Amino acid sequence: MNKTFKELAYTLNNSPAWQQKYREIMLLGKQLPTMPEVLKTPDALVPGCESKVWLYLEFDLQENCLVIIGDSDTRIVKGLLALILSLYNGLTPSQVLAINAFEEFQKLGLISHLSPSRGNGIKAIVERIQAMAEQKSL
Amino acid sequence: MFTVEKIRNDFPILTQQINNQPLVYLDSAATSQKPQSVITATEVFYTEQNANVHRGRHTLSEQATTAYEQTRDKVAHYFNVQSREIVWTKGATEALNLIANGLTEQLDKNSSIVITPLEHHANIVPWQQLALKTGAKLHILPLEPDATLNVAACVEFLDQVKPSVLTLTHASNALGNITNLSPLLSAVKDFNTITIVDGAQGAMHLQPDLKTLDCDFYVFSAHKMLGPTGVGGLYGKYERLNALQPYQTGGEMIETVSLLQSTFRDAPAKFEAGTPNIAGVIGFSAALDYLTALDKKAVYDYEQMLFNYVVDKLNDIDGITIYSNLEHNIGTICFNYRDEHPFDIATLLDGFGVAVRSGHHCTQPLMAHLGINGSVRASFCFYNTHQDIDIFINALHECIALLD
Repeated sequence: MNKTFKELAYTLNNSPAWQQKYREIMLLGKQLPTMPEVLKTPDALVPGCESKVWLYLEFDLQENCLVIIGDSDTRIVKGLLALILSLYNGLTPSQVLAINAFEEFQKLGLISHLSPSRGNGIKAIVERIQAMAEQKSL
Repeated sequence: MFTVEKIRNDFPILTQQINNQPLVYLDSAATSQKPQSVITATEVFYTEQNANVHRGRHTLSEQATTAYEQTRDKVAHYFNVQSREIVWTKGATEALNLIANGLTEQLDKNSSIVITPLEHHANIVPWQQLALKTGAKLHILPLEPDATLNVAACVEFLDQVKPSVLTLTHASNALGNITNLSPLLSAVKDFNTITIVDGAQGAMHLQPDLKTLDCDFYVFSAHKMLGPTGVGGLYGKYERLNALQPYQTGGEMIETVSLLQSTFRDAPAKFEAGTPNIAGVIGFSAALDYLTALDKKAVYDYEQMLFNYVVDKLNDIDGITIYSNLEHNIGTICFNYRDEHPFDIATLLDGFGVAVRSGHHCTQPLMAHLGINGSVRASFCFYNTHQDIDIFINALHECIALLD
């Protein structure tokens, strides 16, 4: 797990009020670079979400790592995406498979955002990332 | 005399805490909460009365059948129509599908179907499918920029189209706007038009007298009328109703069956194939008792008072855009704050224990008409209070502070 996520987790865990936690998440979203319009293809759009969520996944053969770019038109989902990216971006397939996003979100008190009813696409994104890692680790 | 404190005592869920704060439930347009009498009726049915209907000769089955059919009588009484004109379905969506499918053989390429851009997807898609199947032409009533129907323009439109089918919502689920039905229904009187009204939102808030309204069909969902989920139905003027082809076939709806052919019973039985949601119907019976015991006028006035109160409070907030019609409304307010995403607002409001809906509300054509992707919707019921609105508005101020 890379250091950035640890830092983010530390900040979030030290935000006792839920308002503060959301403020931090939205700040993360703000810092996440906007996805280039050319990558926002219909294929990249995660279906079934109330908000628009895009995910661009690529495998860098030379570096043997996943390249993940994501974006959303909502502040909260974009912030959650930033967290997911900090968990998985640039890792090798076996490193990705060793990280359980559900456990990490549970620890941060954000697990409700991975529930199916939220319809925010975060769960689908984690599943896509894991699926690619599994495929590439074969 | 209407006392909201007394009413709230009847709804156990309203004492819930959400995120350690009192629940402020402003999503009754999605589903209403249930009074204790409905919960108890469902429980008692399964504990003491459970049996299938219209089948057994044993005591339990006869009791269940009686209670089940008495609820049909209650619905008929509620809408001032005949019991044989009420068909049970699992909700308004299924009821609309039942009607649209049942009309297949009555339409052809010379037919025309008129819908409005205000409709819920459930009152759009079945008609698109019917048009595809029959070759009928689908027409859209003109809608003003503020999402209201201009009666004169609509009447002129209907006069030109002379539709075979006209379907209208009684009240918009997204905006709460009440449709001025009478002039539109009158406008097609001479054209032998089959008229359908989507009462999913109107059935509880407006308690229509369907004999006076004089539409051919009216659909409703029990769960938006204090009843259980998975039950609803439709009213159909008997001749029109019985002329529909059955939507599903199977047990209960048949008269005789041989291996090569079957004959069907008359309405309503021919539309009720299979074992119905008996417990749901029994629960709905208690909901109807609850609704009819209320002073209709006092409830309506109270809901309007709540609505006017929330409108005033929202208008005080700089940057709020309201999309709902404020004069003719069942008590649903649809808004956005600047260009903030409704998802963010609804998620943050939930942190304050305030339940609202965000998104397109299954009305994508309406949202497109308004030039937005979605909105926040707060919908009220007579169990809400002025204090609920105060909490909601305070929470909204805090959300805005978090977003700005």
